[in-house]
Amino acid sequence: MSGVWVWIEHRDGRMATISLEALSAARDVAGDLGVGVTALVLGHEVKSLAEQVLSYGVDSVIGCDHKTLATFRVPAAGPLVASLARELEPAVFLAGASIVGRDLAAWVAAELDAGLIADGTELKVVDGQVVVTRPVYAGKLLADVHVTAGLQMITLRSRAFPQAEKIGSSGVVEWVDALVAEEDIPVKVEGFESSAGQVSLTDATIIVSGGRGVGGPDGFAPVRELAEVLGGALGASRATVDAGWIPYEHQVGQTGKTVSPDLYIACGISGAIQHQAGMRTSKVIVAINKDPDAPIFQLASYGIVADLFDVVPALTEEFKTRLG
Amino acid sequence: MKVVVCIKQTPSTTAEFAVDNGQVSWDDPGGKPLVLNPWDEYAVEETIRLQENHGVDTLALTMGSEESLDALKTCLAMGCQEAVLVNDEAFAGSDTLGTARVLAAALGQIEEAQMVIFGKQAIDGDTGHTPVQVAVKLGWTPLTYVAAIKELDPAGGTITVERLLEGGKETVTAQLPVVISVVKEINEPRYPSFMGIRKANRAKIPAWSSDDVPVDGEVGSDASRVDWSQVYPLPERDTSVEIIAADSVAEQVKILADRLFEEKVI
Repeated sequence: MSGVWVWIEHRDGRMATISLEALSAARDVAGDLGVGVTALVLGHEVKSLAEQVLSYGVDSVIGCDHKTLATFRVPAAGPLVASLARELEPAVFLAGASIVGRDLAAWVAAELDAGLIADGTELKVVDGQVVVTRPVYAGKLLADVHVTAGLQMITLRSRAFPQAEKIGSSGVVEWVDALVAEEDIPVKVEGFESSAGQVSLTDATIIVSGGRGVGGPDGFAPVRELAEVLGGALGASRATVDAGWIPYEHQVGQTGKTVSPDLYIACGISGAIQHQAGMRTSKVIVAINKDPDAPIFQLASYGIVADLFDVVPALTEEFKTRLG
Repeated sequence: MKVVVCIKQTPSTTAEFAVDNGQVSWDDPGGKPLVLNPWDEYAVEETIRLQENHGVDTLALTMGSEESLDALKTCLAMGCQEAVLVNDEAFAGSDTLGTARVLAAALGQIEEAQMVIFGKQAIDGDTGHTPVQVAVKLGWTPLTYVAAIKELDPAGGTITVERLLEGGKETVTAQLPVVISVVKEINEPRYPSFMGIRKANRAKIPAWSSDDVPVDGEVGSDASRVDWSQVYPLPERDTSVEIIAADSVAEQVKILADRLFEEKVI
C-alpha cells in the first residue's frame, strides 16, 4: 500500500483542529511522494465522522466503530493501529502531537520498532524520505531529522500547519473489527471533567499574557479582560504561577505550554529565555512593559514602554469599540 | 512493592546553546550546566510521597554517562532509598525506542517493581515518548500526564489517577503494574535536606553495564531509527521592534490597534 496514514483525533463526534492540520500535512506529503492518503477513524458511533473525514480529500478511510473505542484508551487503540500498519505497510504515519496523539504514536512505534519523531513543525520530502523540522532543547535550537529505515512516524505540533479544507472525495470507508476485547483492556475511564468553554492555550489564535508586572492575583483582571474582548486565551509567566497568582494551566514557557498564536500580547513580562522558548514562534508579538531594557522587546514586533495598568484597559476599550 | 522513578540529567533551563558542525554544546550563566530534568523533580517527589504514605520501597534509575550520578544523588538527597546508573558505551546514542529497550531491560532486573514514574518529558528532546515505549516493552499499562494519584491499592493491584488532557481532566483506574508520567500540577517538589545531601554524597551508586542488563533488540547509535545529524540555531526573528511612542496612552493604543488590524492578526 505504502501510502500516508493520518490518525484522526475526535471527541463527542467532533474532529480535533490538530487533525485538520495533520490532514493538510498528509495531503502535501502524499502529493510529493506520489501516493494516497488514508485516514484512521476509530471510535464509537463514528459513521458520520468517517464520511466527513473522507470529504477532506483523503483517498480512503479505515474506520473502526466499537464500544471499546468510545473514549480513547491507548491499550485499546494502540494494538489495533499497530496491527493494521503491520498488515498494510504504510510508508508514513502522521498524528497531531497532542497528549493522546503522542501516546498512540509512541505505542505503535514501540510495537513495530519504528522510528518516531515528535513535534514536527515543517515537513519536506527529500529522496523519498520525509525530513522533519522540529524544535529541540525547548525551542532553543532546531533540527532537521528523518527516520532512516522502515515506517516513518511523525507527530505534528499544533498550529504549525494550515487546516485542510473540504474538497470532496471519491474514496470509500472500509470498516474493520476492533482488536482488543473489553476484558483485556487494563484501563477503565471513570469520568471526564471537560474544560470546554475556556479557550485552550495551544489552540488559541490570540493570547494575552501577564507577568510579574501585574503585581498580584488581582492584577490579572485587566489582562483577562483584554483576552476576552479579543476572544483569546489568558497566558502567564512562570513567576506569576510560582507566586500562586494564577493556576499552572495558564503558564507559557519551557516548563509550561509551548504556544504559537497569530498574536501574543505580553503584559508586564520581562521575557526570560525560558518564557521566550514557549512563545517565540508567535506570528506577531506585542510587548507592554515599563522597563525599556526588558529582553521581551528584542523579540517583539511592537512595543509600548509604559505601565500595563494604563495601556491594557485602554487597549481593551479601543478593541471593544472597533470590534463592536 | 517497589516504585522506580526514571530520571534524566539534562541541560539547565537557563543554558545557552551553540552548534558547531552539528555538535551541540552549552554553557550555563548560573554555572550549573547539567541538572536533574526539571519535569523529573515532580516524579521524584511523587515517588517519595508514595514511600512515606504507602510504605513502598523506592529506587531512582537513569541511563546515561557517569556525569548522571549527580542527578541520581539529587534523588537520594530528596529521599529515594536506592539509585542505579545504567551506563555502557553500547547504549550511547540510542533513540527513544533504544532507551526504552534498555530501561525496560533494567526494570526487569528490579524485583517487586510494580510502578515506574517518569516526568512528562525531558527538556532536551521534549518527546514524551519514553514512558509509553517502556510500558509497551514491559507489557505494562502506560498512564501519561498524571496530575493526581487518587488511590493506590497494592494488595488489590489497582491505581486510580487523574490525567490532565488538553480538553479536560480524565479519571482512570488501571491494573498494576503501570508506567506513569506526571505533570507539574501533581505536587510541589521538596528541597533536599542537609542530612539528605550528606547521605547522598556518601552513597555508593551501583553502575549496571550491558553485562547486567540483557537488552532485547538493538540499541545505541547504530540502531537508532532517527537521524539527528542536522541540528542548527534558530533563525533570528525577522522583525525589529517598532516602539510605539505618542503623546498619550490613548494615541499609542490607537496606533497599536491600527498595526494589528493591518497585520490581519485580529
